[in-house]
Amino acid sequence: MMSLPGTLAMPSANPERQWHRFSPRVLLDPSARRAVIAVAAVCIFWQLGATSRGWLGFSLPVIGAIPAPDAVAAAWVKLIHDPGYWQSWEQSFLRVALGFAAATSVGVPFGLALATNSTFRGFAFPVFELLRPIPPLAWVPAAIIFWPTQELSIDFVIFLGGFYTMVLNVLGGAETIDARLIQAARSMGASRWNIFRRLILPGVLPSIGVGMEVAIGITWEVVVAAEMISGGGSGSATSSSGGLGFFIWNSYVGGSYPNIIVGMISIGIAGYLSSAVVRRCVARLTPWLRRPR
Amino acid sequence: MMSVSVEFRRRGALEIADAVKLYDPDGARILAVDHCSLTIPAGEICMVVGPSGCGKTTLLNAIAGFHGLDSGAITLDGTILCGPSQRLAPIGSDRVVVFQNGALFPWKTNLENVAFGPIVQKRLNKKQAHEKAWRLMADAGLAGYEHKYPGELSSGLQRRVEIVRALINDPAVLLLDEPYRALDALSKSVMHEALLETYYRTGVTIFFITHDLEEAIFLGHRVVVMTSRPCRPKQIFEIDIPHPRDYGVLTSPRFRELAAEISAAVDEEAAKSFALGEKEG
Repeated sequence: MMSLPGTLAMPSANPERQWHRFSPRVLLDPSARRAVIAVAAVCIFWQLGATSRGWLGFSLPVIGAIPAPDAVAAAWVKLIHDPGYWQSWEQSFLRVALGFAAATSVGVPFGLALATNSTFRGFAFPVFELLRPIPPLAWVPAAIIFWPTQELSIDFVIFLGGFYTMVLNVLGGAETIDARLIQAARSMGASRWNIFRRLILPGVLPSIGVGMEVAIGITWEVVVAAEMISGGGSGSATSSSGGLGFFIWNSYVGGSYPNIIVGMISIGIAGYLSSAVVRRCVARLTPWLRRPR
Repeated sequence: MMSVSVEFRRRGALEIADAVKLYDPDGARILAVDHCSLTIPAGEICMVVGPSGCGKTTLLNAIAGFHGLDSGAITLDGTILCGPSQRLAPIGSDRVVVFQNGALFPWKTNLENVAFGPIVQKRLNKKQAHEKAWRLMADAGLAGYEHKYPGELSSGLQRRVEIVRALINDPAVLLLDEPYRALDALSKSVMHEALLETYYRTGVTIFFITHDLEEAIFLGHRVVVMTSRPCRPKQIFEIDIPHPRDYGVLTSPRFRELAAEISAAVDEEAAKSFALGEKEG
């Protein structure tokens, strides 16, 4: 299931399946080469479209209104030396990390409790199902009112974004555990606790992994929107420390359009990096899935 | 004829007396097992054949303690597992089940799977359990697969791991529910010889459900043909082919004779069951 270069090498058990570490040679790999070609093609298309007024005489719709890649690159180079830009990264990353950690550490036990205790499920599941359709962003105004600080209200909204996904995945995962495995464990003398620890828990790990991979994507979606709506939280006094979402909004308000694109691409990169980290952790937690079947 | 094991084997005598089990799915009271009595001496390989859905598995589940009986009793070595005062047998490692499609834990290596029973029962610590598992796996021809996951093995090898995982608990009875159903004919014959080899070493009582008549005759001391639902022994065949057996017996005239007799008995029940349109199970 893993396709990233440089993934942790397995201990000696299976040496022929070690993943090669990153090296320039990786560019000879067909899938890496295709990725590079695709990104380059998008950039060329974007450059041509954005500068269409110059060589066509008129501006192409939509794409003609976007700042060109060279302008964006120039803006980006300037921003690299701006500590405020990096503070935005830091701020958003911290919020995502906090919200994601909270969603996982609350969502997993909650999902397990729903899956294993029918009384608890009877009480909690209807409430959960009533709250779940409410989009996290609809909580923003309420969250600002009932959380003492703006920062906590943003964290809370991010938490909600990941929480529902985690719970549903854990619940679904627990239901797919084969009843025969549990019967087999019982016939070998496993106690309820042993069945929970040695069967249910590892049995839902793959679903926890899927939940984490989906949740990290959702938390990035939510953090950006929450920062835009709330005006960047506690850091909003200084223009560029309210997180990447606020950075984009602020660039829009201030009319620096290339910076909008820089912010967007930054979020793309940030999201990709966090997904890669999560995927790696998940692969490490579920080694039996990585082996050939 | 049963000489090989019975001498050193004093455990695993199973007595099913007048067992009755009703199923009541949607108010439709279905009699799954009806006044079924069967005595299996310690160290016997008892093969149970019968049409699909006849209730063989229900009987096995009652012995294992997964389902209770509505009346009747099951006794193991003189101890009542379930009877009038207790409808559901306690689930215990003296009667380990090996399932149709396998129930190895995919997230544990084969060695960890085998070592599972002694560890959860706290009979051995982890290191001792792993050592014992290692030894048993080597005995069963599974050396080299200890650190692989079950998903990396063929289904034949998986079934072998599973039987070793059952045997490490030193069960009185091994309950096998069509363990080789999904295997191709070649793997099956290898598995049969491996199972017999294990049996000759341990002498464990085996209660083995199957649809495969050749398998039943090749392995069993006795073959019990069950009636179509409700399930009860229709006819019991003594397989008077001496153990230890090898695949040569398949071509012996006695084997063909027995096959013809048993097949006639089974076909009659299968036709009844087919007419009822029973589902597999």
